[in-house]
Amino acid sequence: MVRYLASRLALTLLTVFLALSFMFGVLHLAGDPVLLLVPVDSSAEHIERMRVQWGFADPLWVQYGRFVWRACHGDFGTSLKYNLPALSLVLERLPATALLTSVSILFAVVVGLPLGVLAAIREGRLADRLATVGSVLGQSIPSFWLGLLLILAFSVTLGLVPTGGMGTPAQLLLPGVTLGLYSLGRVTKLTRASVLEVLRADYIRTARAKGARETTVLFRHVLKNAANPIVTIIGLQMSGLIGGAIVVETIFAWPGLGRLIVQSIQFRDFPTALAAVFFTAVTVSLINLFVDLLYGLLNPRIVHE
Amino acid sequence: MSERQPPAGSRLPGPKEAAGTAGPPPGARRLRPRLGGGAAWGIAAGLFLLAEAILAVGAPLFTGASPLTGDLEQRLLAPGTAGYLLGTDQLGRDVLARLLYGARVSLLVGVVAVVIAGGFGVCVGLITGYRGGWLDRVVSRLVDVQLSFPFMALALSIAAVLGASLTGIVVTLAISSWVLYARLVRGESLAMRQQEFVEAAHALGAPSWRILVRHVLPNVIGPAIALASLEAGRLIVAESSLSFLGYGIQPPIPAWGNMLAEGKDYMAKAWWLTVLPGLAVSLTCLSTTILGDWLTEVFDPRRRR
Repeated sequence: MVRYLASRLALTLLTVFLALSFMFGVLHLAGDPVLLLVPVDSSAEHIERMRVQWGFADPLWVQYGRFVWRACHGDFGTSLKYNLPALSLVLERLPATALLTSVSILFAVVVGLPLGVLAAIREGRLADRLATVGSVLGQSIPSFWLGLLLILAFSVTLGLVPTGGMGTPAQLLLPGVTLGLYSLGRVTKLTRASVLEVLRADYIRTARAKGARETTVLFRHVLKNAANPIVTIIGLQMSGLIGGAIVVETIFAWPGLGRLIVQSIQFRDFPTALAAVFFTAVTVSLINLFVDLLYGLLNPRIVHE
Repeated sequence: MSERQPPAGSRLPGPKEAAGTAGPPPGARRLRPRLGGGAAWGIAAGLFLLAEAILAVGAPLFTGASPLTGDLEQRLLAPGTAGYLLGTDQLGRDVLARLLYGARVSLLVGVVAVVIAGGFGVCVGLITGYRGGWLDRVVSRLVDVQLSFPFMALALSIAAVLGASLTGIVVTLAISSWVLYARLVRGESLAMRQQEFVEAAHALGAPSWRILVRHVLPNVIGPAIALASLEAGRLIVAESSLSFLGYGIQPPIPAWGNMLAEGKDYMAKAWWLTVLPGLAVSLTCLSTTILGDWLTEVFDPRRRR
């Protein structure tokens, strides 16, 4: 277990490190940072002096080392647009994204789990058909379109909810549902599959033969044994949601991390964009790590060498 | 080490997950997959995609209207107006023509990205799975790392730096997708290594590449094709999301994503500009998903035996 933990931790660190290196590469491909920082009409001499002063005249590997060193200390540079530390901008936006993704995953789990279980118990019947068709639909409708349709229906036509922004619980509802629908489809589909597989197991037949009540069988035996893959998919959906939030936040003008990424790329505010992307990557890796560990805890049969 | 499938193995929408849905018990009579008659749905989805491809390629045959120039006096006409089956947009351009020409972009991007990603991923998976060793370990780790990087953030940073272009989009999508094939095929290829006919070919002195191409590849290509179908839909949605955000296909070239982006400003007056392009994306993605699910079941090794 300790060895497994160590290897997973090493993998997470590797991910973070590669993400950081990727950022560095992107920053350099983006062109001379000095030209972005100095006034447009600066003389060549002034630009050269700035280049030396800010360290862009150093060899690439020195710059790379410094970039990594600073990033490790939480210094991602200064936002070109807001003239604030990029990291603080990112941290400021984090709660909004956390709120949105939590609501989405909650929606997906609260609706998807019972739906999947229901579909499995009623395999082949109407409820199953409906749940299956629904889950395929949920996975196929692109979130940006669903978002627009919801705005069209509830904001433009019915006038029930403002088209965007953050504040009232109603404003959380539309983006939450939009972001959560894909996950809802996945959770339903996988719950159904896992429960079906467990239902066919011998120990379920035994439990029924002993005369256990159907509810006991379901809650004590079936759900407990079907939990593993379901927990995994929920964890994976969480990391997927963080990426999906980029689109949904833009549509609903939700002041989160995703919208910050899109806006800062629009304004060519690279330090902010990269800090935000980096933060997203780190969060996603940490969630993945957590899910893997949880998976091991839930399923003692997996022996980690 | 290399034999241990990490718990995150269910990360990809691979056959494992979908197979669990069908997997009739041995000897069961119920061979019809889910979604009612899986074959009928799968074939219908395939035919729909074929029809769409014909409409896209032969766009000039089906509509005389230009997707680029419109009649400014015929702006925002509702669908059904004489001469404009699906109405016109804010510049008086024929929506039907733009949808058909937009299909060219979406399908082209989807197919090319899938072919590049699939070809590369299958090769990498075949070789690393069959050979094992340090190469396998390094590639497997890289795959894990990349899977934990949020795709949208990656795509946006690449698009921001390289500028939006058709080639850029295709490359970005292919980069995001190849790891799934590598992971899937690696597992299958690893299992193939122990099969008797592979050992026999090896004993007869067949070179590795020949064994891979003649004996291993035909046995692993089915699930890869099923994955390709699922991925095509996901990538088409990703392309339209990028175009919608303004980092994909640029106007005035019609693409479903940028049509939605332009149309959303006229949502209150012209619902069809929001509804129709999204419907096109959704139906395409729905078809590839149904087709992919069906192919996954057809090629499921558990059923073949």
